Amino acid sequence: MSINHQKNIIEVKNISFSYGDVEVLKNITLDIHKGDYISLIGPNGGGKTTLLKIMLGLITPQIGEVKLFGKNINNFKDWSKFGYVPQKAINFDPLFPVTVREVVAMGRYGKKGLLKWLNKKDQEIIDGALAQVEMTDHANRLIGNLSSGQQQRVFIARALAGEPEVIFLDEPTVGVDVKNQEEFYALLTHLNTKLNITLIIISHDVDVISHQVTELACLNQTLVYHGEPKKFMKGHYLDELYGESARFVAHNH
Amino acid sequence: MFEIFQYGFIVRGLEAGILIGLIAPLIGIFLVLRRYSLIADTLAHVSLAGVAVGLLFKINPLWTALGASALSSIAIERLRISKKIYGETALSIFLSGSLALAVVIIGLAHGFSVDLFSYLFGSIITVKQTDVFLIFGLGALIAISILIFYKELVYIAFDEEAATVAGLPVKLFNTLFVLLAAIMIAISIPIIGILLISALLVLPTITALQLKKGFKTTLLWAEIISIFSIISGIITSFYLNISSGGTIVLIMLAIFGVVLLIKNYDKK
Repeated sequence: MSINHQKNIIEVKNISFSYGDVEVLKNITLDIHKGDYISLIGPNGGGKTTLLKIMLGLITPQIGEVKLFGKNINNFKDWSKFGYVPQKAINFDPLFPVTVREVVAMGRYGKKGLLKWLNKKDQEIIDGALAQVEMTDHANRLIGNLSSGQQQRVFIARALAGEPEVIFLDEPTVGVDVKNQEEFYALLTHLNTKLNITLIIISHDVDVISHQVTELACLNQTLVYHGEPKKFMKGHYLDELYGESARFVAHNH
Repeated sequence: MFEIFQYGFIVRGLEAGILIGLIAPLIGIFLVLRRYSLIADTLAHVSLAGVAVGLLFKINPLWTALGASALSSIAIERLRISKKIYGETALSIFLSGSLALAVVIIGLAHGFSVDLFSYLFGSIITVKQTDVFLIFGLGALIAISILIFYKELVYIAFDEEAATVAGLPVKLFNTLFVLLAAIMIAISIPIIGILLISALLVLPTITALQLKKGFKTTLLWAEIISIFSIISGIITSFYLNISSGGTIVLIMLAIFGVVLLIKNYDKK
């Protein structure tokens, strides 16, 4: 299947955003196309999560415009096109009494709309999502009893259950060990190439992520770089972005 | 042993109690998981001011408690969202403010002929037939609302941000939920009493949470614990001639203690 990488699905135009007096994003313009596998990288406080939240409509920039599937974000209604995998460590209560299956079912809720129960077809889609991330055997276990890597797979399945065209992931591999990280990235590549899902992933691990994605967008208040990972690694962008510490990060594996 | 049912008040008390026991966990599980337990306590104290107003003007105190609790729940939620003051500070303003109001009203009325004690700690003797109808009607409203919006409420409780991204009207549901909690608290007053309401809402859920099951199973266990405690509490309080609210809460605490012990024993 050929992917039309020219079709813009997210257009960010001249965005600026500040928290009070602190300017976090300055004049950012970035297009994301159908089928892209792009990582937002940059130092802490560089504005990665802020930009992600702007694209998801969770916060509104003071200046600039965001278009989703050609529509201004304020008029955009079709949120079920988006899946979201939050920064697990912060957003998730390990004692919360839900099974893996119940978590994945939540992914259908936004799509279903109010006053409608899940039917047989929804249950099949949930089964499919569980199978996709190889968590079928764990469906009835409590989410809090799984390993970090397994939990992250469940959150991917939750996003998949909504049958999204785009999935946003906010630092999904924090706390996941190296072996499980590899499997996790293999899964993401599968979703991108086989299921044709656009992936937008925030990462702090430049070295690892640049071997996975097809595009990098580096943020440090401004958009420092946007393009292929290879060119990025060859350039002097790392020093510019992170200073001396970058070399330490890049060789720390 | 069935002579107990010859008394009209005990039948009314049991009817009201079973209704309350059935509905309380539906609200309680979300209060606990959203860390809203303190809201229950605050709204209960607001209800006391409502009860005082009702007694002063000779209106059924359940209605005035309901009004005070519902209005305050919306005000508290507004204050919480505005982030102008800290969430728990908003609660303590309402908690102590309404208690102050209640005390002043009671003073103005030079005390009441009815026993205020029964509103504070629950006494099934005060349950009137109209109260049972009111509890049934409003209880059904709560139960139906929770069942209809079950999937949205669970999603928001588990992951508010992802629910927002999925396009759910999160703010609307949060307001709806505190409003339902406010109604729940007001209708629980006759059985359990103002000072013990949060125990009624919280204890069955935290006991069921110890069993480490999925959401629906946890809710089912909370229901079983809640209804068992209320029925056995009302019957025990009748025979021993003691406060129904206090007895119910002590039974709930005992079950919580036993479950905690068994669970700890399992681990060893």
